[in-house]
Amino acid sequence: MSPADKNMGNPDHIGEAHNPEEFHPDGGMGTTPVAVIDSEASSRTLLRDAIRRLRRNKLAIAAIIWIVIMVAVALSADLWVGSVLGDPIKIDTTQVVKQSLQTPTLAHPFGRDDLGRDILARVIYGARISLAVGVIATAISVFIGLIMGALAAYYGGLLDSFVMRLTDVFLAFPYILFAIALIAVLGRGFVNIFIAIGLLGWPTIARVFRSSILQVKENEYVDAARALGAGDVRIMARHIMPNAVAPIIVYATMSIGGAILTEAAMSFLGVGILQPTPAWGLMLSDARGYIYNAPHLMIFPGLAILTTVLAFVLLGDGLRDALDVKMKD
Amino acid sequence: MLKYIMRRVFQMVPVFLGVTILLFVLTVVLPGDPIAMRMGERNMSEAQRASISKALGLDKPLYAQYGDYLARLSRGDLGESSRARRPVLQIFNELYPNTVRLALAAIVIEIIIGIGAGIISAIKRYSFLDVLVTLSTSILVSLPVFWLGLMMQLLFGIKFKEWGLPYLPVVNMTGGGMPDWTHMIMPAIVLASVSTAYTARIMRSQLLEVMNQDYIRTAQAKGLSNRAVIWKHGLKNAMIPVVTFIGLDLGAMMSGAILTETVFNWPGVGYTVYQSILQRDWPVVMGGVIIIVFVVMVINLLVDVSYAFLDPRIRYGSEAS
Repeated sequence: MSPADKNMGNPDHIGEAHNPEEFHPDGGMGTTPVAVIDSEASSRTLLRDAIRRLRRNKLAIAAIIWIVIMVAVALSADLWVGSVLGDPIKIDTTQVVKQSLQTPTLAHPFGRDDLGRDILARVIYGARISLAVGVIATAISVFIGLIMGALAAYYGGLLDSFVMRLTDVFLAFPYILFAIALIAVLGRGFVNIFIAIGLLGWPTIARVFRSSILQVKENEYVDAARALGAGDVRIMARHIMPNAVAPIIVYATMSIGGAILTEAAMSFLGVGILQPTPAWGLMLSDARGYIYNAPHLMIFPGLAILTTVLAFVLLGDGLRDALDVKMKD
Repeated sequence: MLKYIMRRVFQMVPVFLGVTILLFVLTVVLPGDPIAMRMGERNMSEAQRASISKALGLDKPLYAQYGDYLARLSRGDLGESSRARRPVLQIFNELYPNTVRLALAAIVIEIIIGIGAGIISAIKRYSFLDVLVTLSTSILVSLPVFWLGLMMQLLFGIKFKEWGLPYLPVVNMTGGGMPDWTHMIMPAIVLASVSTAYTARIMRSQLLEVMNQDYIRTAQAKGLSNRAVIWKHGLKNAMIPVVTFIGLDLGAMMSGAILTETVFNWPGVGYTVYQSILQRDWPVVMGGVIIIVFVVMVINLLVDVSYAFLDPRIRYGSEAS
């Protein structure tokens, strides 16, 4: 092997060290090839590359900062929101007539809603719901999608056809209608929203992961691992998964935004989060009745949805460029 | 070509059957007692219940009930609305034109603005316009459509009227002393918003990709003007995926824009299905979803076929495999 080959760091070349500094001519041959091609060395440099590229992307950095702020504010809400802005749920019956629909002031920068509650406080507590739905629903989709995609791609044949037809069936349904129908069956409530949105997201993840695995599977190091006697589970877990996962990271980031939008839409339609929990979609649904005399009720929850979803979309874009994932659209 | 069409039609069958199974399972597990709902929640003796159950075929085993359901479907019998007491098919027959009208208006917007913006941002890559298009498409896909609708109602419907400017009707398909076509402007823009952004993105990336191909370099080397290269050689190939996307999107829009139709009180398919879910009028919901899925699948099939017709690579590729 030539020195030039070594510097390319190509993981396809089994038995070669990717990193010249780690290459010891005498000791190197003693280690098993499996250990050398292990993801440790190559994924670290891949990750470092990705982080470097991500840091150059201003929009992605702005998105990360916004998400961190949202999470920090949402998590710390119990400590300060109640005393500074007022309770997001409880109605002060003595003041409600006076404070109802109050327009923004310095003390209450987003104004008050029809029941005299501080809108900023409600938007902050709404962030908890949205972020939780986004992350948990996406986690459910990714969990199911990874398993189904991996099974379809790895075993192929009948199982593959079955899983792919199943994704066709799911994707044939109009998305929101399907979510509403699921809620009709499961009943309304916090956990059921997670489940309904999570159940709807898996087909796309499964498809992305399947095609990504099919590409990775063609690599020589997979054959090599099999020749060395590695079993199905080990090949899948150690060799295929880590290399096929980049598109999933990108896709999952974007679907957090998608799940937030879906939850907001469902709550807006009255089949999502229940009153009096402050959820952004629900706040907009309430605000609809005050479009003529108190439009400030509908401006801020909408902006909250827009900026949060936008942050996840921009972060997803940035990750796609950083991880160099090619996506169809 | 015929072989390809046949193959695609056969592929549709298991998917459609899967949809009917899924819907059937949903009807079985849905909350509420079907007999009580049917009979207007009256008190009944056990004997009465049993005879009604028998008349409706609800005493049979599930697979037999599914068989009955399929048989009814194949006759075009989608059941009767439990509220309006009218055949479901008749209800949707009346509503579909409203949805189609809105969808067509939205598609026109999508084609003109989406494709136009995509071409401009690809040709003037990294220019101010390109950044503007890229950023606004990101914002559009992150916008909750119902909020966009509300904001437009607030601005163009209510505020413009207050300020004495020409304004648009806020809701409904007709009325308010305004010509009918003005009622369609806002809902069509809202419905088109997200897909217009996607169209622009796909157009941009496709055109950029095509412009890197060898035959484009050949055309440039021949001495063709930039304009001729882009319009005659570049766009022709870059358009294919865009046309596909718009076709599929038309299918999605035909399925009823539940959010847009709700915000604007537009009496279309999506709005009606949604209202029926709230009223637990399950025959309308299930019938509506079946119709919607069927329409979407047929449009997707037409798009696929025309795609294969436009691009021989698809046809031959799939016949070889």
